Amino acid sequence: MSYRLGVDVGGTFTDVLLVDEDSGATWRAKTASTPADQAVGVLRGIEEVCADAGIAMAEVAQVLHGTTVATNAILEGKGARVGLVTTRGFRQVLQIARSFVPGGLAGWIIWPKPEPLADLEDTVEVEGRVASDGSVVRPLDEDDVRAQLGRLAGRGVQALAVSLVNSFADAGHERRIRELAAEVLPGVPVSLSSDVLPELREYERTLTTVANGYVQPQVEKYVRHLSAGLREGGVAGELSILRSDGGLQSADAAVAAPVTMLLSGPAGGVTGAVWVAEQCGHRDLITFDMGGTSTDVALVRDLSPRIGRETKVGDLTVRASSVDVRTVGAGGGSIAHVPELTRALRVGPQSAGADPGPAAYGKGGVEPTVTDANVVLGYLPSALAGGEITLDAEAARASVSKVAEAMGLDSPEAAAAGIVDIVNENMLGGLRLVSVQQGFDPRDFALVAFGGAGPLHANALGKLTGAWPVIVPPSPGVLCALGDATTSRRDESARTVLRRFGQLTDGELGQILRELADEAAARLAAQGLAREDQTVGFQVDVRYHGQGFEIPVEVDPAWLDGGDSLAELGRAFDAEHDRLFSFLLDVDHELVNARATVTGPRPDVAPVRLEEGDGDPAGALVTEALVHVGGEQVTASVYDRARLRAGDVVRGPAIVTEMDSTTLVLPGHAATVHASGSLLITPEA
Amino acid sequence: MARIVETATGTVERVDVDPVTLDLIENGLRNARYEMDEVLFRTALSPGIREQHDEFPLIGDPSGKMVVGQFGLSIPDFLDGFDDTVEEGDVLLTSDPYACGAAISHANDWLLVMPVFHEGRVVGWASMFGHMSDVGGKTPSSMPTDARTIYEEGVVIPPFKLYRKGVLNDDALRIILNQVRMPDWNRADLNGLVAACRTASRRVVEMCQRFGTATYLSALDALLQRNHDAMKVLLQAVFEEGRTLSFTDYICDDGVGNGPYELKLSLTRTGEKVHLDFTGSSPQAAGPINYYINENLTRMFFGIYMITVADPQILWNDGFYPLVDVTIPDGSYWKPAHPAALNGRNHGIGRVFDLFGGLLGQTNPALLNAAGFSSSPHFMYSGHYSSGERKGEWFQLYSIGFGGIPGRPLGDGPDGHSLWPSFVNIPCEYLESYYPLRIETWETVPDTGGAGLHRGGNGVDVAYVFEEPGEIAIHDDRWLTYPWGVNGGEPGARGRKWIDRADGTREVLPSKCHGVPVHPGDVLHFVTWGGGGWGDPLQRDPELVAREVRRGLVTHRGAERYGVCVTEDGEVDVEATETMRDQLRADRPAELPVFDMGPPVEELLARCEEETGLPAPRRPVWTSA
Repeated sequence: MSYRLGVDVGGTFTDVLLVDEDSGATWRAKTASTPADQAVGVLRGIEEVCADAGIAMAEVAQVLHGTTVATNAILEGKGARVGLVTTRGFRQVLQIARSFVPGGLAGWIIWPKPEPLADLEDTVEVEGRVASDGSVVRPLDEDDVRAQLGRLAGRGVQALAVSLVNSFADAGHERRIRELAAEVLPGVPVSLSSDVLPELREYERTLTTVANGYVQPQVEKYVRHLSAGLREGGVAGELSILRSDGGLQSADAAVAAPVTMLLSGPAGGVTGAVWVAEQCGHRDLITFDMGGTSTDVALVRDLSPRIGRETKVGDLTVRASSVDVRTVGAGGGSIAHVPELTRALRVGPQSAGADPGPAAYGKGGVEPTVTDANVVLGYLPSALAGGEITLDAEAARASVSKVAEAMGLDSPEAAAAGIVDIVNENMLGGLRLVSVQQGFDPRDFALVAFGGAGPLHANALGKLTGAWPVIVPPSPGVLCALGDATTSRRDESARTVLRRFGQLTDGELGQILRELADEAAARLAAQGLAREDQTVGFQVDVRYHGQGFEIPVEVDPAWLDGGDSLAELGRAFDAEHDRLFSFLLDVDHELVNARATVTGPRPDVAPVRLEEGDGDPAGALVTEALVHVGGEQVTASVYDRARLRAGDVVRGPAIVTEMDSTTLVLPGHAATVHASGSLLITPEA
Repeated sequence: MARIVETATGTVERVDVDPVTLDLIENGLRNARYEMDEVLFRTALSPGIREQHDEFPLIGDPSGKMVVGQFGLSIPDFLDGFDDTVEEGDVLLTSDPYACGAAISHANDWLLVMPVFHEGRVVGWASMFGHMSDVGGKTPSSMPTDARTIYEEGVVIPPFKLYRKGVLNDDALRIILNQVRMPDWNRADLNGLVAACRTASRRVVEMCQRFGTATYLSALDALLQRNHDAMKVLLQAVFEEGRTLSFTDYICDDGVGNGPYELKLSLTRTGEKVHLDFTGSSPQAAGPINYYINENLTRMFFGIYMITVADPQILWNDGFYPLVDVTIPDGSYWKPAHPAALNGRNHGIGRVFDLFGGLLGQTNPALLNAAGFSSSPHFMYSGHYSSGERKGEWFQLYSIGFGGIPGRPLGDGPDGHSLWPSFVNIPCEYLESYYPLRIETWETVPDTGGAGLHRGGNGVDVAYVFEEPGEIAIHDDRWLTYPWGVNGGEPGARGRKWIDRADGTREVLPSKCHGVPVHPGDVLHFVTWGGGGWGDPLQRDPELVAREVRRGLVTHRGAERYGVCVTEDGEVDVEATETMRDQLRADRPAELPVFDMGPPVEELLARCEEETGLPAPRRPVWTSA
């Protein structure tokens, strides 16, 4: 018997999922998160789930973990004090940034500029200059470096980031500074921009390097503490951490480059959705994760999530690969309001959050939220989260009535329907960002809905996008933990290679990519993943010479053997450019960045099989309820999801309840229960 | 006057649109407009659009009124001057400001206008213009600082059908692209503009299909009405009946020795209408700085300042235009007579930020901002590689500088940033990889931001070291007049440019120049101006002043403007600070001025050469009224 353990730490709950690799059987535990020391909640959850399964903790072979510890360090401003070393003349690189002010024409009036992640007081510049071709213009002045580092030593910096101009072309000066720092600042961890992100663009590279140093001490402390706790608790298996790009890395690798795990949490949801969709026979999907304050969406083709080159956390955008998750400020807690001047109905981006929360939670909230609108429409049962929260329907009605009055609508139901329509439309905007705006037709994809509020809005989003079926995974709340438990090991190496195709040979391209692959492969081998179990993939960023944006293009490894790889690459780029923008240019192609990703095999986890039913869900019927749909009051059947069997067909209007979520099936639609436990909603012919 | 050819007959009846559908359509239009930006940014080749995002999208209703966009260009004015049919599949192009009622304001801007057809009738318009980094003419980047007519500013394209029923007019395009230095750039940018407009067109048609044409069109009417109604309420609340507000700011010179030009704007509300009047502004300039402004664009600018505060999520549109009358005197800086040169109008467009800020802020000093980095100064460098593997190859750089955001009611103005939305700087490493230059310094200049309770943002010093012989050109301003401070805040510092030649000599450059030869080893310092300060500097927290000294954003000497004495090791000397502040308070008037514009113009001109190293310009005068 072999067990894998997926652990997802969220803001409120820690979800633990134990998977028996042989039978696919799962056990779940949900415990309160312990923000002061997340490891406490994690260990508690593991103990609980092992007890539930009747196994010893020593039987757990692998602990796979998505964590927000790095994200929270940034969001809460509680990272390390980072000292920054720059090239002379560039001390203010984070202060000036890209000179960009967000918002429209008058946006500068209302934009609060965030403080740089490394304080200017803790930033020093050193003499020495490298040109963009890597040649040395002026040598590094080591006495100057020692003097400047000495200044930082007196300021109590906890981490050091070194980012020199053109270090992507030659890292010599940065490496020498690391050696000198070991003498002047002993014990202070050093992040070099040429290690963290050897790519052109000094601001982005500097910021990413500083972010790495900023979260590193906390990540290290957390990972070490958790590892020790697991060992003490008798867990023999090793700890792996989920990267933002959906792959797993060893705990040591995570500590070395924590900037790669800023979106560890959302990545778990996407990888979980991929697993679930595959069980249902769907390889192309859009994920739709609707929580209390925001909704995350991502697009997956052929079971591979689209990987973006940027990671956004709060105000911060760093250059690190991550699952291309787009976030819309719309969730169950989003507040509806009607500006006096325009009398338009707006939903969000303000949110009632968890405290006071929606009016229906009865914790003092009075503003009308999306959840309140759902309550008014009858979509939510009177108790949530396994009875922990009881809903106050009257309070919800009172709050939504304010919107009805402000808009001159004749009933709270009409206002509630408007709120739900608007929030759905806001989320549709997010779904379009990852689909039509990237040249994909959402009708070619399934929609996988999860998060606390996702299954409630999923059917409506299916109607708006035409993405069918809408898949609602079993127990959508623990999907992230499932993703952690079912993804594979991964690492990547990347660097900037700024060369026009005309200045490059097939042989050089092959050599660059293979070198990158060797680097990543060696790191994974050091984590214990044998070379023969590794799969190598290549990707390059290409543009027409002179363009400002690149398009990532997959390089088929077979091209590298064929001797015609640049021509193949040019054709693949043109096809992608044509698909995205409907035109081509007669301009030389240019290679910008090259990347190699190395992945391990996917774990062999057997899927769950529900007991076969006869198609009739009557056995799971709990009650009937009055709901408002399309301006009418209709009777909906309410089912208990735990009692549904494979093949049962739930016809809308219907509500399917379970411990951590509620699914709404609209009239004219039906949800079929898949053997793997998911609900598949489609329109009825 | 354009003749629209529609195959559908009859009219589309207007229907009632429920409020939620209205909001859904508003949202769909907003998404479509941002999608237009995205398509163009990602495909453009010329630096002006690619890096600086100098482009503006619009989606119109069937009559051409803007229902979404960010900077009103005017389709009705364009169609008025277009003497041909408009049919399905047509895409119209122009770059002639004089032929489209200033829908665009210089020949570098290429404007595309495309009808959106659904079921045989026009259901809207998609339009977009972008700044082409080169359109030919006598100087690289097509912006000669000494131009006196538009004929010196490159190819000027009259309105014509780039696509006729979907078929590209290849000959015309070939003739146009034969006039420019970097035809690949123009071709790519033009393709991007067309692709963006077609994207918008698809989204509009999808909405007609989803909601029905009658509902879609009725919703547009309602959205226009929504703006109208909102503005009506706002105007009554903000402006006192019959009281005239005025504000005057300046453009320092016109590139050929005249200046400063007075830009005057007045506002009076009478009943439900507001009158914006540019009377009192200087006459048109001899040089290329004229800003030929469209009346609707004036309304749009006004509206943005007004409504942003009330409902930031509202969709901008033309609906409130009937509430705003605009007077622009013929022959003035704002409405020059053809063929006046227009290429350097970017200072005028930028100064509109300050002008409206100073005008409208008078109604409520708490909401008043200081003057900021109200331009998008250009720096150009071009030539042929003299050696190496690229020997003989042409290079041409066009880039925009950034400066101080003003002190604001919200807080300090950011250092070295942009007042324009979506503009970004070009990274040093990108410039060094693609052009024969190196950047030795890229930092903000301490004390260039005006002192105030909220400090103005600092200007930036970028030092370019040239590696190949070539020529540079500069378009800048605010070298003579000051970015003013408000509510007791002081003005920011003015901009400066100079070259430290490889032989050790220093050469001060005028703020507008072209064809300046440079040689390897020469260093250009491009120093932009700071933002004005906001509020009383003596009320600024001394600890914050000291911290900014330690950060290198303010000097020890500069701290004294705040009445703060900072010790050698960067701490506040509390006692000395109290003494200094008492003294400063005693020496100044009890009531601080709302605007601090710096010394009067006569004084600036008298001390010009001494302070700036440049000869004083001659003040422009109206020759006939």
